[in-house]
Amino acid sequence: MAKITYIEFNGTEHVIDVGSGENVMTAAIKNMVPGIDADCGGACSCGTCHVFVDEPWLDKVGPPGEFEEPMLDLNPDRAANSRLSCQIEVTEALDGLIVRIPEFQF
Amino acid sequence: MDSATATSGSPPKTRSLVGRDPWTTPLDEIDLAHPGIWQANEFLPFLDRLRRDDPVHYCAHSAVGPYWSVMKYQDIMAVEANTAVFSSEPTIGIVDVLPEYTLPMFIAMDPPKHDEQRKTVQGVVAPANLKNLEGLIRRRVCTILDNLPLDEEFNWVDRVSRELTTQMLATLFDFPFEDRHKLTYWSDVATAIPGAGLIDSYEESLVILKECLSYFSRLWQERASKPPGNDLISMLAHGPATRNMPPMEFLGNLILLIVGGNDTTRNSISGGVLALNENPDEYQKLRDNPALIPSMVSEIVRWQTPLAYMRRTATQDSELGGKTIRKGDKVLLWYASANRDEDAIEHADRFWIDRPRVRQHLSFGTGIHRCMGNRLAEMQLRILWEEILPRFHKVEVTGEPKRIYSSFVKGYTELPVRLIK
Repeated sequence: MAKITYIEFNGTEHVIDVGSGENVMTAAIKNMVPGIDADCGGACSCGTCHVFVDEPWLDKVGPPGEFEEPMLDLNPDRAANSRLSCQIEVTEALDGLIVRIPEFQF
Repeated sequence: MDSATATSGSPPKTRSLVGRDPWTTPLDEIDLAHPGIWQANEFLPFLDRLRRDDPVHYCAHSAVGPYWSVMKYQDIMAVEANTAVFSSEPTIGIVDVLPEYTLPMFIAMDPPKHDEQRKTVQGVVAPANLKNLEGLIRRRVCTILDNLPLDEEFNWVDRVSRELTTQMLATLFDFPFEDRHKLTYWSDVATAIPGAGLIDSYEESLVILKECLSYFSRLWQERASKPPGNDLISMLAHGPATRNMPPMEFLGNLILLIVGGNDTTRNSISGGVLALNENPDEYQKLRDNPALIPSMVSEIVRWQTPLAYMRRTATQDSELGGKTIRKGDKVLLWYASANRDEDAIEHADRFWIDRPRVRQHLSFGTGIHRCMGNRLAEMQLRILWEEILPRFHKVEVTGEPKRIYSSFVKGYTELPVRLIK
């Protein structure tokens, strides 16, 4: 179990308890957090679950994977702390994680 | 029924499947790429048949040579994720046009060149920029709708679908507005099958497209000599990855951007009206709750699937769905089939404007080649319906649509309608 805070672009916060075995995207969708489209359903092939990981969490979350990198690379809003949330598996080590949702999904 | 006897030893000739029974036609006679069943609107049961009986299907003989058809949602996702084995080069169409007629364009390139070129122009259709375009699109939509005839039959394709997309293209390219219809003409020429009415040969097509190149080269020179602007030509002229493109590559990317900005949206605008008429309960649901417009837009795009397939070419021998694909084989990814795949999409044969997971469809493709302009297409459709609903109780379809003769572009040349206040 991990508590994850999603911060919408307008500042609204959603604090969600997420079980291990889920990922940051599925938890957002299940709890109707707005701003994450996840068009491909989590197959790392649409790039519409883009989030910014809060700086203190970057090391724990880790860098983008091999298939995630080219999708992020095509996103004009990509930043150093960008991840595709479908590729962030939730474990207890991520308890307290904060992610920010971009203004737009591309 | 064709009763000709096949000559001993000769392969069966493929021909139009129009009028054939999809469930009893021998599998080796199914040539999905033949435009006949698409124009005749008889393609859906052939897609069902192949998904059931032969989801990775080899057509040994067609007018354009042998090719594979991939029918299932998950198989297509797997192919599109594997750009190393299933290449977008040299072309995304089924026809192997001679090298001198092949136009380089980033959709028909592999990484890293694809990514570099695409990034140059992607900003124009990024959501942040689209936000700036919304007011203009709405004004254009309102002008088009407010000038439509009432109590009179007219062709929705010409007056609305084509007109709106043409105007949007002119805006994206900052193209002289009075010449905007050249853009749609060039788009149609680029996707036309020789002999189907618009052009007679690929040579003729290239002559016409070179006129397009000549026109745009003048615009390029103008934009290159000015500070960078926000239109596509300026972006290409100033982008480090594109400013030194050879002429034919410039033409190829122009055609890609023009066709990409035209066909998907145009045919979804037409297909949406048809789908709502064929599903009156859904049309009523929409009237009762206009907040469903964004969801309906996604469902229209799935239902219409404006580009029925994309081609990949195998770079090495590989296996897919139990079949061996040889190096050099053509592989067609049938989005029109994936979008009706019950294993991936619940009640796939139902037009359902508020379906759960409505954005999960393959009309825009997946992976790095996912349609760059998908948000723009959706925005135009959303704004159009936001403005249709308060004006007209019904856009009533008054006759059979005429469909394009193509298995690639899945769309309409005519859709007769009448407006009911």
